[in-house]
Amino acid sequence: MRRYVINRVLQVIPLIFGMTFISFLIIHLPPGDPFSKLQMDPQISRETIQQMRKLFGLDKPVVVQYFYWIKNVFTFNLGTSFSYHVPVSFLIKQKLKNTIALSVFSIFLTWFISIPLGIFAAIKNGKWEEKFLSFIAYIGISIPSFFIAMLIVFFVAKTAILPIGGTTSIFYKSATGFEKFIDYLKHLLIPGISLTLAGIGSLFRLMKNNFLECLNSPYVITAKAKGLSMSKVYYKHTLRNAINPMITIFGYELSGILSGAALVEIVTNWPGMGRLILEAVLSQDFYLVMASLLIGGILLVTGNLIADILIAFADPRVRLR
Amino acid sequence: MRIFLRRLKKTNKISFISFWIIVFLYLLAIFADFVSPYPYDLQHRDYPMAPPTKIHFFDKEGKFHLRPFVYKTELVNVAFNEYREDYSKIYPIKLFVKGKKRKILGIFETDRYLFGVEGEGKIFLFGTDIHGRDIFSRILYGARISLSIGIIGVSISFFLGLLIGGISGYFGGKVDAFLMRIVEIFMMFPSFYLMLALRAAFPINLSSIQVYLLIVVILSLIGWASLARIIRGMVLSIKEEEYVQAARALGIPTYRIVLKHVIPNTFSYTITALTLSVPGYILGESALSLLGLGIQEPYPSWGNMLSVCIGNLRVLTNAPWMLIPGFFIFLTIICFNFLGDGIRDIFDPKKW
Repeated sequence: MRRYVINRVLQVIPLIFGMTFISFLIIHLPPGDPFSKLQMDPQISRETIQQMRKLFGLDKPVVVQYFYWIKNVFTFNLGTSFSYHVPVSFLIKQKLKNTIALSVFSIFLTWFISIPLGIFAAIKNGKWEEKFLSFIAYIGISIPSFFIAMLIVFFVAKTAILPIGGTTSIFYKSATGFEKFIDYLKHLLIPGISLTLAGIGSLFRLMKNNFLECLNSPYVITAKAKGLSMSKVYYKHTLRNAINPMITIFGYELSGILSGAALVEIVTNWPGMGRLILEAVLSQDFYLVMASLLIGGILLVTGNLIADILIAFADPRVRLR
Repeated sequence: MRIFLRRLKKTNKISFISFWIIVFLYLLAIFADFVSPYPYDLQHRDYPMAPPTKIHFFDKEGKFHLRPFVYKTELVNVAFNEYREDYSKIYPIKLFVKGKKRKILGIFETDRYLFGVEGEGKIFLFGTDIHGRDIFSRILYGARISLSIGIIGVSISFFLGLLIGGISGYFGGKVDAFLMRIVEIFMMFPSFYLMLALRAAFPINLSSIQVYLLIVVILSLIGWASLARIIRGMVLSIKEEEYVQAARALGIPTYRIVLKHVIPNTFSYTITALTLSVPGYILGESALSLLGLGIQEPYPSWGNMLSVCIGNLRVLTNAPWMLIPGFFIFLTIICFNFLGDGIRDIFDPKKW
């Protein structure tokens, strides 16, 4: 088990290097360096530019520059944002918290809803309950996440039952700890629910199909033939086997959730990484784009890593491979 | 094609209907110049955010008209965006009305449109946007962008995926390991972040056609990786089949084996995968345009028509018809999903 985990963690390292290198190449595609544009900006002093040029080795070839950047990343210096005039790491720290809160909230909710529904539909396979749920899931898969968010914002704006946009209300500063938490949660609801609705459909279908597949396997038929109660057959024999592939999917779902979250964040005005990277792109804030890409990638890789380790815990066959 | 349709009809009714809806949408996009009552950039200055025009059969006196008609509307309250109908005169809706000359697809010239209202009356089936442009017409023109990007993007990804997946699967060994690491790296990025970063590498202000090409390239760069992986897996198993080994034993050159024996056998799967991946491209385009990084005004795409709805609650609550392009995105995507499922059923011998 320990060897498997160590192996798996070591595999991540070259991936992250490759990923950052590709992002670096992408950012350096256009001619000129990021600072040539800045020289025109009177707000930035010439010394700062010279200093940053030296720090990031911009007078050297791209590959060398990449190592400069890596060196700086290891000392937690992600560069300075050109449009905010503060260190990039400061900006990211602020927003990352919100994106993680949103993702965790919606992942939890999505799984909490779609797993039981998937099992229910699989048990009722062929009946109207299953057909109805599958049809709804089909619609859920096909509606773009940003459109769901728009519809929800529209509905909320009409009824004014929830605050729209931002993370806190005006009274936040004077509120007590618990009130603060409730207020944050209320603001989280719109983006959280949009993201959840967008994710339920596909997860539901996967769960249903997995469960159905397991229901037809010989060991379930044996269990039924032994005369076990149906609940035992479903929860002890089928569910445990049907849930395994879902753990792997959990890791890959993260990618979709991060991307979906970015769009939903922008539409619902939730100050997370999505908004940050969009603003960075619009203002061509290179180090901010680069750092957001890095953080997004690391989040994803970590998610996959966690999923792989979890599956090794759940399924001894994986461990021994 | 006929066999395909017949089989589709037999195995999966919904997919069959979806297929025809998709065909209908593409036809609307192609003949947008003829079908749309107004040009996409015509601003009706007196009708900002006008609601969808009501189509009547009965006039004020309760008299029935066989030919549906509309009333002229007037903006009476600017603050609350209220429009009132003027009952004094009716404007019948006519087929093949005369108007300004337009070119269909830049070839045929026509001065007649499919339908419209003559004189002072206006017909806005889906209302107008904040500049008073007809949303129905803009949706038809926008369909050209949104629907074509899916097809073109998928073809490029398909080509890249076949090439790299085929090489990787057939040759195996070090080539395979190297190519698959690259594929993995591409799959490691959250696709939306990668899309934005790629877009960031280019200037924000590009001409419409440049942006269009750029979006296609960006989307295919993101999409090829997963396809290549799938094809590699298929090629790996196909190359062990007896007929490939027989071909090799006969001394047929490698490129011919790959082109004639291996690749065609992956088609049953790739065609399904392709159909199911079209929505991803449509979504990608609309997301980019929605954020103002894609197709630029005044040219419409389904994505950029929705962008006024972001963070603009007044527009959203006063003019919910601005959300209609979103329903078209949804309709297209669900049809492609159904069609993909139908095609899979056709290729699945168990379902025959």
